[in-house]
Amino acid sequence: MARAKVQRKSTAIDMTAMCDVSFLLLTFFILTATARQPDPLEVKLPSSTYKIKVPDLDMGILSIGKGKVFYEIVGSDIKKATLVKMGEKYNITFTPEEVQRFSVLGSFGVPIGNLKEFIMMDGDGREKFLKASPGIPADSTNNQLAEWLMQSRHSVAELHQTQMRVAIKGDADEEYPMVKKIVDILQKQKINKFSLITSTEGG
Amino acid sequence: MAELDTSSGGGKDKKVRSKKASTKVDLTAMVDLAFLLITFFMLTTSLSKPIAMDIAKPDQEDNDVRMELRASETMTILLGKNNKVAWYMGEAGKSAPNIEGFSDVRKSILKNKNDLYKSRGRLLIVVVKPTEGATYKNFVDIMDEINITGIKTAPAIDDVYITDDEKAAMRAGGIL
Repeated sequence: MARAKVQRKSTAIDMTAMCDVSFLLLTFFILTATARQPDPLEVKLPSSTYKIKVPDLDMGILSIGKGKVFYEIVGSDIKKATLVKMGEKYNITFTPEEVQRFSVLGSFGVPIGNLKEFIMMDGDGREKFLKASPGIPADSTNNQLAEWLMQSRHSVAELHQTQMRVAIKGDADEEYPMVKKIVDILQKQKINKFSLITSTEGG
Repeated sequence: MAELDTSSGGGKDKKVRSKKASTKVDLTAMVDLAFLLITFFMLTTSLSKPIAMDIAKPDQEDNDVRMELRASETMTILLGKNNKVAWYMGEAGKSAPNIEGFSDVRKSILKNKNDLYKSRGRLLIVVVKPTEGATYKNFVDIMDEINITGIKTAPAIDDVYITDDEKAAMRAGGIL
């Protein structure tokens, strides 16, 4: 009796197509991922059980920690418009190069007088500068923070025809009076609704 | 100087046949790597988004937004230092505030909410009063507790009018 021959098949699979697809997806995710700039002000976020995600358009984010306030405007077009407006307000002319460089910066916390110097620094210098800087002045006599908020809100309204949302990123151990001071500045501008940024609670 | 050797086998007449290597490359490792990176980018794009807690405060200048509340339906929570709260039902000064830590305040809110609903069928209104001793975390925590306990009426946040009775009670409890 003749034995039935079992044909041996090779176990190697052609991976070319799979490789193509996976690299296509990889490229897509790399391009859509926005590079996160490190926060110059170290903030330990309190946790909560809320589930609403922070929108990432037309936002102004205030970081509060160690008695300092940093401000971050989301969107490079808004940043440019705001900087130009702030320059007009404080009689500082920013060159197109400075405006361009500012438009890619993240969170900042320097008095307006030092802003020019800060913009022209390189990454390392900027980091050091922010560590030593007192944040954005927010006293009643020299309220630059209120001005920044006002101008960025105007810019959002003009460029995107929506209202800017204000979010507060506070350090968990920050004392309440400091937060209240910032909230009072917001409320003076009739911003009565704002978001507190928190991290997700485990479980 | 580097020179290209074109003499093919040092001038011998024998033909040198180059070995034909297979053009197939094993892509398994490459695919593995690609999928690892895909997973990484997918997770970081969607998971890095922080969570927002929306807060609304009453307008400071507009007096029309003031609303009268029934004292019997309000629970006032004062945030003090050392992660402690003081809470009381009804009017200030009439009953001594209970001083509690953050782990117990959820039970108290739920108890007050259920008692009020059973006896009168009304919803509890919570007034949060953060004082100077409180930290930002305390404030976020208490708003979170209000959300967890399902208080649907908007919590009133009042950090301006802290009465003397409240201050005295908090001092007595050592949390101001």
